[in-house]
Amino acid sequence: MAGSPLRPVLRRVGSGLVVLWAAATAAYLALLAAPGDTVDAIVGEGADTPQIRADIVAEWGLDRPAVVQYLDYLGRLVTGDLGRSYLLQRPVAEVIGEQLAPTLALALAAAGLGVLLAVTVAIGTAGDRRPWLRRASSGAELLLVSTPSFLIGIVLLSVLSFRFGLFPVAGAHGFGSLVLPAVTLALPIAGLLAQVLRDGLDRALDEPFVLTARARGVRERVVLLRHALRHASLPAVTLAGWLFGILLGGAVIVEQVFGRPGLGQVTLAAVTAKDMPVVLAVVTLSAAVYVAVNTAADLTYLLVDPRLRRS
Amino acid sequence: MAPLVEVEDLHVDFATPTGPVAAVRGVSLTVEAGECVAVVGESGSGKSVTARTLVGLAGPTARVRAARLALGGRDVRGLRPRQWRRVRGRLAGLVVQDALGSLDPLRTVGAEIGEVLATHGIVGRAERAGRAVRLLDQVHVPEPARRARQHPHQLSGGLRQRALIATAIAAEPALLIADEPTTALDVTVQAQILALLAERRDAGQSLLLISHDLAVVGRLADRVLVMRDGEIVEQGPTARLLSAPAHPYTRQLLAAVPSASSRGRRLAEPPRLREHCGVPVLSRPPLPARPPVDPGDAVLVAAGLTKRYGTHTVVRDVSLTVARGETLGLVGESGSGKSTVARIVAGLLAPDGGEVTFERAPWTGVAERARRPRRRRLQVISQDPLSSFDPRYPVGRVVAENLEPGGDRADRRERVVELLRRVGLGPDLLDRHPRGLSGGQRQRLAIARALAPRPSLIVCDEPVSALDVSVQAQILDLLAELRAADGTALLFISHDLGVVHHLADRVLVMRDGAVVEQGPVGDVFSYPRHEYTRALVDALPALVTAGRP
Repeated sequence: MAGSPLRPVLRRVGSGLVVLWAAATAAYLALLAAPGDTVDAIVGEGADTPQIRADIVAEWGLDRPAVVQYLDYLGRLVTGDLGRSYLLQRPVAEVIGEQLAPTLALALAAAGLGVLLAVTVAIGTAGDRRPWLRRASSGAELLLVSTPSFLIGIVLLSVLSFRFGLFPVAGAHGFGSLVLPAVTLALPIAGLLAQVLRDGLDRALDEPFVLTARARGVRERVVLLRHALRHASLPAVTLAGWLFGILLGGAVIVEQVFGRPGLGQVTLAAVTAKDMPVVLAVVTLSAAVYVAVNTAADLTYLLVDPRLRRS
Repeated sequence: MAPLVEVEDLHVDFATPTGPVAAVRGVSLTVEAGECVAVVGESGSGKSVTARTLVGLAGPTARVRAARLALGGRDVRGLRPRQWRRVRGRLAGLVVQDALGSLDPLRTVGAEIGEVLATHGIVGRAERAGRAVRLLDQVHVPEPARRARQHPHQLSGGLRQRALIATAIAAEPALLIADEPTTALDVTVQAQILALLAERRDAGQSLLLISHDLAVVGRLADRVLVMRDGEIVEQGPTARLLSAPAHPYTRQLLAAVPSASSRGRRLAEPPRLREHCGVPVLSRPPLPARPPVDPGDAVLVAAGLTKRYGTHTVVRDVSLTVARGETLGLVGESGSGKSTVARIVAGLLAPDGGEVTFERAPWTGVAERARRPRRRRLQVISQDPLSSFDPRYPVGRVVAENLEPGGDRADRRERVVELLRRVGLGPDLLDRHPRGLSGGQRQRLAIARALAPRPSLIVCDEPVSALDVSVQAQILDLLAELRAADGTALLFISHDLGVVHHLADRVLVMRDGAVVEQGPVGDVFSYPRHEYTRALVDALPALVTAGRP
C-alpha cells in the first residue's frame, strides 16, 4: 500500500481517457452514418447556390477523405478546440460555455436535493420501528421512479405555478425559477436512491457490529448515522454514474418543459438541425463528466471502505 | 449486598407469522459480584436470548416476562430506551462470537473503543485516543498504539477478540457477558482469550459466560447452568457438575466431548454413570470393531508437496501416506497450510513441487481428462456443506448426481434412499432443499453424497468445526460407523486436537506450511516431542473430571 498510493488513481484516469476517445469516435461515426448532407445543414435556411455550396466545402474542408477529417477533429479536440457551430456560425466552446451555467445549477441543485431527500427518507424508514411509514414511503418511491419526469414537471407546474402562482412558469431568473425544475429532476433520483439506501441500512442493521454498538449504549440515531449509513452508502455510490445519466437525460426534458435555457435546449436544437460540431461537443463533454463522476465514485469507495485499500 | 444479576422465572417469546415461539421458559439465575457463571447448551437452547435479554437486546419481536429481572439491584423490566442505554456498556458489557463482524469493519479499532468512552462520558475528547490505547494494552494487545489506528481486517482473529473485549470493558461495567467468546478461534488463541477472561474474573469482574462447549467453560466458571429447550435442566458448582452430572442431558453433553478417552466409543449415545473405585465415571457404549489396517497397503501417497503464492510459501515439503481403511489426522492452526494440502490431495490445486499417487497411479501432473473418471474414488467433505450444494438441487438430486452411472430411475432412487438411510436421513427429505435442513442434517447429506460412488478415500476438511458439540458427536459417530463398515480411508483435517485424538489412527502436525511432528495419535499427543505440539496440547481445554470409558 505504501508503495504508490497514486497508482489506482492513475489507472483510473488512464482508462477514463480511453472511454473519452471511444465516446468521441462513436459519436463521430454515428453522425457520419446519419442521413442528410453536411452542406445542407450548414446552408440551412440561407441562400443556396452552387457557388455558395462550393465555398462551404472549401471552407470546412469537406472534400477531404473521412479519415483525415476524423483525425483533424481528434487533433483539434486534444487541443481543446471544439470547432464552429454550423447553425450559429460561432465557436462551439462559446455556445456551450454560455449555456453551461444554468444546466450546472439545475443539475447540482437536483443532485443535492435528491441525495438529501433520499438520506432523510431512508434513515427515517429503515429498520422496523415504523412499519406503516415504511410501507407508505416505499410505495411513493416506486411511484416516483416509474413516473416520467416531464409528467412530474407538468403536474408541479400546473398546481404550484398556474394555480397558486408560487413559482415562475418559465425562464432562469433567480432562485425561484430553479425550485420546480430541480424538484422535478430530484424526485426520481431520490426515489431510487432511497430504496437502495434503505436496503443497505437494513442489511447493515442485521450485522453483528450493530448489536455490539447497541450493547455499548449507543443511541439508535448514532447507530444509524455512524455505523449503518457508511455501509449503506457503498452501493449508493455505485449508482453515481447512473445518477448522472438521469440528470443529463432529465435536464434535456425538464429544460424543455420549464422553458429554461441550458445545454438541453442547445443539444435538442443541434440534433434537429444536424449541427455536427455542437452535438459532438456535447457528447464528448458528457462523456468527460461521466468519466469524472465514475472515477470520483471509485475513489470514494476506497475512502469509505478500508478493506479495499490493500490491493 | 444484592447479587449483580437477578433473574427469576424469565420467559421470552418471539412473535412469528405462525404465532409466538417460546425461546426461554422460566429461567432463574443469579450472578454475584466477582463470580463467573456459565450457561451451557446447544444452538436454540435459549442461552443467547437469555444473555441478550439482560441488556434489553433480545430483539424487536421479543416479548419478555419475568418475576424479577434486575441488574445491580435495579429492576430493568420496562426500562425506556434512554434508561437502557445507561445500562448497556456501563453496567454490563457484551462480547460476542466472531469479532470480524462484531467490530465495524469501516472504523478503526481505536474509534470503536472511543465510542464507548464518548457514549458514557468516561473521559474527555482529548484523552479518548490515549485511553483507547491503554485499554488495548490492558487486554494484552502488542503495539497498542499502532493497533488502535488499524481496521479490524488488519488484525488476526485473536487480536480482534481482544479488541472487542477492550470495547466491552471500556466503561468499566461490573458485569461482562461473553457469548461464545472463543468459538471459531484456534486452540492456542482460545487458551489466551480464556486466560484473559480469567484475569478479568480474578480482578473482581463478574462474568456471564455463554457456550455450547462444556470443556471451555470448565476452565473458567464457578457455577454452570445447563440449558435445553429454553429451560435450565441442571445447575451447580463446576467441579460437581462435571464430575457427577445428575441430569441425563448433562451426561450426554459431557459424553459428547471427544478426547483421548473416547477413542473407540460412541459420543452421541446416552452414557451410563458407573461407580469406578468409588468415583462416578461416564460409560460410553463402544463403536463397531474395525478390520486391522495394513500400513504397507497405501491408498494415497504424497511426497514433497510444495505450494507458493508469489514469494509466500504456504506448503513446504509435506509428505504423507494414507493406508487403505486408515484415518490420518492433519492438525494445525489457521494459516498452517493444512487446507492447501487438502486441496492438493483432492486434486483441486496443482502443487508447485512434489507429487501425489492415488491408488498406485499418478494423481498430480496428469491430464484432467485422464483423472476425471478416477475422481469418484476420492471424495471431499467440507466445513460448510451448504455452499457445496447447488442451491436449486433438492436433497435427492444432490446425492443422485454423485451415484455411479447405470440403473434405471427406480433403481437409482432406491440407492439414494439407502444412502440417506445410512447417514440417518429419512426418505421424506428427498424433495426438500438443503437450505431448509439443520447444520447436522446438511453435513449428513454431504457424507451421503461422498459415499455415493463408493470412494476409497474421503478428504474431510474441518467437517465438524461449525457444529455444536452434541451434533458434532453424532457426525463423528456416523463417520466412525461408516469407515468400519466400508473400510474407507479418511484424511481428517481439523484444528481440534480432541476430535483428531478421538477419531484418527495417526496424526500429522503442521505449522507454517511444514510438518513438525507425526506418528500414532496416542504417542504424538501424550508424549509430544516438538514444542509446538506441546503448546497445542497444553492449550486444549480438557475435561479431566469426567468422560472416561
